[in-house]
Amino acid sequence: MSVALSAVDISRALTRIAHEILERNGGPDSIVLMGIPTRGAFLASRLAKSIASIEGREIPVGTLDITLHRDDLRLRPLRALVPTMTPLGGIEGRNVVLVDDVLFSGRTIRAALDALGEIGRPKSVQLAALVDRGHRELPIRADYVGKNLPTSKQQSVKVHLSEIDGVDEVLVESTEG
Amino acid sequence: MRHLLSAADLTYSQAIKILDTAQEMARVSEGPVKKLPTLRGRTIVNLFFEDSTRTRISFEAAAKRLSADVINFSAKGSSTSKGESLKDTAQTLQAMGADAVILRHSASGAAQRLASSHWTTGSVINAGDGTHEHPTQALLDAFTIRQHLRVSTGDLRGLTIAIVGDILHSRVARSNVHLLSLLGAQVILVAPPTLLPLGVETWPVQISYDFDAVLPLVDAVMMLRVQQERMNDFFFPTAREYSHYYGLNADRLGLLKPNAIIMHPGPMNRGLEITAECADSARSVILEQVANGVSVRMAVLYLLLAGAPNEVGDQGL
Amino acid sequence: MSDYVIHGGVLADGRKADVFISEGRIAEIDIAISNPNAAKAIRVDASNCVVLPGFVDLHTHLREPGREDSETVASGSRAGAKGGFTAVSAMANTFPVADTAGVVEQVYALGQATGIVDVFPIGAVTQGLAGQALAELGAMADSKARVRVFSDDGNCVFDPIVMRRALEYVKKFDGVIAQHAQDPHLTKDAQMNEGIVSSRLGLKGWPSVAEESIIARDVLLADHVQSRVHICHVTTSGGVEIIRWAKARGIQVSAEVTPHHLLLTDELARSYDPIYKVNPPLRTEKDVMALREGLADGTIDIVATDHAPHSAESKECEWQAAAFGMLGLETALSIVASTMINTSMMSWSDLADRMSTAPARIGGYSDHGQSLRIGASAHVAIVNPTKSWKVDRDLVASRSRNTPYHGMELPASVIATFYKGIPTVLESQLVRSTNGI
Repeated sequence: MSVALSAVDISRALTRIAHEILERNGGPDSIVLMGIPTRGAFLASRLAKSIASIEGREIPVGTLDITLHRDDLRLRPLRALVPTMTPLGGIEGRNVVLVDDVLFSGRTIRAALDALGEIGRPKSVQLAALVDRGHRELPIRADYVGKNLPTSKQQSVKVHLSEIDGVDEVLVESTEG
Repeated sequence: MRHLLSAADLTYSQAIKILDTAQEMARVSEGPVKKLPTLRGRTIVNLFFEDSTRTRISFEAAAKRLSADVINFSAKGSSTSKGESLKDTAQTLQAMGADAVILRHSASGAAQRLASSHWTTGSVINAGDGTHEHPTQALLDAFTIRQHLRVSTGDLRGLTIAIVGDILHSRVARSNVHLLSLLGAQVILVAPPTLLPLGVETWPVQISYDFDAVLPLVDAVMMLRVQQERMNDFFFPTAREYSHYYGLNADRLGLLKPNAIIMHPGPMNRGLEITAECADSARSVILEQVANGVSVRMAVLYLLLAGAPNEVGDQGL
Repeated sequence: MSDYVIHGGVLADGRKADVFISEGRIAEIDIAISNPNAAKAIRVDASNCVVLPGFVDLHTHLREPGREDSETVASGSRAGAKGGFTAVSAMANTFPVADTAGVVEQVYALGQATGIVDVFPIGAVTQGLAGQALAELGAMADSKARVRVFSDDGNCVFDPIVMRRALEYVKKFDGVIAQHAQDPHLTKDAQMNEGIVSSRLGLKGWPSVAEESIIARDVLLADHVQSRVHICHVTTSGGVEIIRWAKARGIQVSAEVTPHHLLLTDELARSYDPIYKVNPPLRTEKDVMALREGLADGTIDIVATDHAPHSAESKECEWQAAAFGMLGLETALSIVASTMINTSMMSWSDLADRMSTAPARIGGYSDHGQSLRIGASAHVAIVNPTKSWKVDRDLVASRSRNTPYHGMELPASVIATFYKGIPTVLESQLVRSTNGI
């Protein structure tokens, strides 16, 4: 097991992503952040704070529970639903930035795109991921990446955030067998 | 949990989970796209041996919003055709691959019989069995009360709820007594003595024959349908006398607390147990009950069917 | 006809004795049989067993004529023999109803032809069991069936004037009216005992008062016209008290209890499994205890099975649609042993009285219930109280499968049954005989 990102690394990456989001979208005006629970939601909050301190104003943040749109429900034990919180002002005609901790097969993001569709019709959808570990199963890519982490499929990537895990770190583990 | 047969089977946490899930489903139903792919490819059968357009449509809407396929089977089970119809019908549906059967039947215990038989392997949801239970009705009633009086979270502790009318023959009353008291509410049953079952003193309720005395105490009053035919079996002398003592009318409206709500599972006998004035008043949440019925039924279908079959997930029921 | 020596057993009163059966009769009872013919007799091992007089059922539904899909006189006879019975009484609610000499003679003839137990037809009290006009009770009494017990069982003789006339009329031939005590108005569409359980389950209740009020009325009527009355399947503690009161006043009332009412309660209905649906219904623990005490002290004179076979379709459905009734012949002895002997409320001698002597006396079956005495017809049941057995509904002799005891381990097995000196059951299995079916 190794530490791929330390707390400091995470903090720097998020700061950089915040700047990149602002740069790409020409400022904070039309941006809405939507975090994918659980950890994507915390990351979205942190990004929002970061952007607020850079630009001096708040931008809308929401959460997006994608459980009902998953394509693998039948294959696993049932999952409880988490509340979806639509951001202030909705998403109609805005630039939505989805925020998730790990980008892997891409299926979560596919479900997220469907879930967004039932809330409204954004002007554009972008994706910010703290870690991209490769092995895409669908044609999905991230616009903003904290760290590219090439992994083998036998490895697992664990993101810990202080809001819920008490510490900030990204770990890579080999799962034997 | 594979089946939903009675409110009495639910634990506190199961009941709260259903209500919380229904909350999410309600949000979906308010958005522009009222459809989710969650139960795509699943087949749900409405097996109704008793007429009930509104309950059937509610389950159908719930199933379709989750993208399930719905088959409606309306069988009039007469006493002469006995129960071959239940067993044979269930086995036929099983052969057609039903993932869930929503059963409405005039015989108490029919849903339990179906679930414990080996005639079908799908989930069984009780949509009303004789005078025994109607669990999804109680769930949507609890959901509606929670939405109005508890800002959509938690349970019903501290609330007092009156259920008024033909308790003896009411499956809605039985399910509500179980569920509302489970969620912490005080339940008061109001009826003439002839319409209260023997042994009701053992239920977790208070009992009153005096409607007027109870009204100022309650946060919600749930009126039950009273059938005119009960007069022929001597349960009460005339419709007029029944309405006089137990009907909800404008005068009684004035006895209610300012925020108290009026409920009715429908269909209503306007003029017998409830006047049009009360049914249409600002305190009446009767139409919301109907809307909430779809969300609650979506939640039940999701929690029973969405996960891997036969897996006891920690997140399911 | 062979001779038999039943050896190594104990009689009802506890005496160790062997029993020598010859020419269809009890020839000798002694610790060591001295009769020289005994040496050539077939020996039947009765070690660890109680040797009892053959049981007599005063309440059996044989379903023939009319519902042969669920039972016939022949299959019911076989079930009776397996249960240690040598006489059964065929209730009149057949199709057609046994309300004429013709039908009772038909049933009687079927019993004779089968030749496994004595089948005594019970005649209907009223034509078609409709409760309005008396059936030809005299004709049935004079027929080959020699009917002495009359019952509309299934229905109550509800009109008090009809009941009064019936009670008076049968005095001519020392008959007895056996009443199914159930006020029809208080029990319309009733499904199970009215109580806490029925209210919870949403099943329409059958209140105790609907039985008690008819018992009270009929003991008073019997007293008024000085006739005998018999109360079928008593199920209520109130009913037991009324009968006790009546007997104390010298009223000629007799009463029966079924094995299932000595054991089962209405709590079983919570499963909604109609195997437990029966009329009169299973009641509460309090009633069960009162019935046991009543049987023990003789307030209730006899055990009668109310053996009620039903086809599978009638029970494989929802409760409301199901038929009322349970099998009883093959498990009766075990249930009575379990509830009354093993609880020390009765002795084997008491059991012999309740299941053989008293029913034969009430029915007027002179060839039965004579205990085991020299010269009597050799109707014998050999029971091993220490041998338990598992009830399997697929192995019953009855044509139907509706036993509530499927899967249960019951105490006391019937090892052998002798009818008129011929074994109908040996080693707990039916004997295939030349005239047997």
